[in-house]
Amino acid sequence: MQYALLIHESEAHWDSMSEAEQSEIMAGYGSFSQHLAESGQILGGERLQPSDTATTVRVRDGKVALTDGPFTETKEQLGGFFLIEAQDLDEATAIAAKIPTATYGCVEVRPIWLMGD
Amino acid sequence: MTDDLQQLYRSHFGQLVASLTRLTGDLALAEDSIQDAFVKATDRWADGETPAHALAWLRTTARNGAIDHMRRTASLSKRLPEVAYMEEVTRTQTNAGTAAHDDASHLDDDMLRLIFTCCHPALHIEARVALCLNTVCGLRTEEIARAFIVTDSTMSQRLWRAKRKIRDAGIHYKVPQNHELADRLDAVLAAIYLIFNEGWLASGGSIGQRVSLAEEALRLGRLLTSLMPEDSESHALLALMLIQHSRRDARFDATGQLVLLRNQNRSLWDQGNIHEGLQLVRAVFHAGQGNGRYALMAAIACVHASAASANTTDWNEIATLYEHLMQLDPSAVVALNYAVAIGERDGPDAGLAHVNQLAESATMQRYYLFHSTEAEFLRRLGETDKARAAYSRALELVDNNVEREFLTRQLQSLPQ
Repeated sequence: MQYALLIHESEAHWDSMSEAEQSEIMAGYGSFSQHLAESGQILGGERLQPSDTATTVRVRDGKVALTDGPFTETKEQLGGFFLIEAQDLDEATAIAAKIPTATYGCVEVRPIWLMGD
Repeated sequence: MTDDLQQLYRSHFGQLVASLTRLTGDLALAEDSIQDAFVKATDRWADGETPAHALAWLRTTARNGAIDHMRRTASLSKRLPEVAYMEEVTRTQTNAGTAAHDDASHLDDDMLRLIFTCCHPALHIEARVALCLNTVCGLRTEEIARAFIVTDSTMSQRLWRAKRKIRDAGIHYKVPQNHELADRLDAVLAAIYLIFNEGWLASGGSIGQRVSLAEEALRLGRLLTSLMPEDSESHALLALMLIQHSRRDARFDATGQLVLLRNQNRSLWDQGNIHEGLQLVRAVFHAGQGNGRYALMAAIACVHASAASANTTDWNEIATLYEHLMQLDPSAVVALNYAVAIGERDGPDAGLAHVNQLAESATMQRYYLFHSTEAEFLRRLGETDKARAAYSRALELVDNNVEREFLTRQLQSLPQ
């Protein structure tokens, strides 16, 4: 079996932590992923940029509509994800608009946090 | 800042940011460097050392500041090629004796890139508007905050968030490609028109020290038409704004209260604005581009502007234009204006019947203009009690002070 582990947190809580507390958690992530890598169980994973860098893509009547910000409705549930390489946000949202579910649900496009930035 | 510098800031801030962003690929860094250059200039000017070519001096100082910053920052290794490129550009231009040469050829493209970046549809419309005013028009955060009646910290937060999204979400500094141009232009036009409307609604009463958002929107509209002379909707938007702007002195009476179009003193309308607007609309329609959203709105404004009095307005023409507009933009405000045109053409009972057809929509029920339109027809039909109820509902929903005062007066003027 393969599983996706979806990580949720309050961004405000993270921002309120001291640098030492944040470092401790990041160190925890480091040893967690190293441990999983050694056991061959990690297939991929990324840290995401904060939710206010998100763009939500919907296609209705063939027209692509972009909304600033993350997906916030509670009536719809997470159904899957793709990790893609794109030149910029325009290309990423254009690809997102081709996902079949975009015509009746929506696709949140969130940049990956490139380590070292 | 001296007056000279202040003026340069307002007239050229956008251009300076636009060119430097092309070189650095970093909008926030470009803005900071230009601002620093103005601070340095203020000190120098105060010492009596005014350079002969102020603009070139600002450009070079900002560029050197940006190079220094890029050298210092941790991400230098990634940016070495950019720094080398910038140093090369600076050296070539110093040799040529002028820094203006390179930028003149790129300026139009740079400004377009800047406008499209600030008006990217992945940014909230409020953020687009704030960015445009801040970056393209060179307005300070405090000035924009005052214009939109929010606190300085709310506005600076909004700007900071938008700039962070541009950087972190990968909104690239470019003019969109042909296949995306129509949608992207819509986002630009919407932002400019919102700036105009915000100035329009807020301009009653205590204008005080607030900048004229309508003037800024006109400036942006003119800039866009000069950068994209072949785009008819940009011309139509400029025409629409010019004709609406022509009524600025007639829209409020001596006590600062709103005067409806039909009661305005038409001799106060600015004929220069109207003439320019009419010419633009005529050119758009002659080019066969009269079916765009802004072209239709501008054409409606033209019909009003061409009528000698409210009674001689061609309401049949206006209703027809709104009918076309409904196909493109079936929004609540267009539907209500269509109802008003029907009421003027066919009488208040026909207008009311049309409004009643819209009553089932929940959006309409929450919209003050729906209730005030209904109230106006009821008042004319002598249905005083129902009109009172509708005005009261409109008053509960309206959030603009000028309109609230107007509705209150309408309500009070009903016979007891």
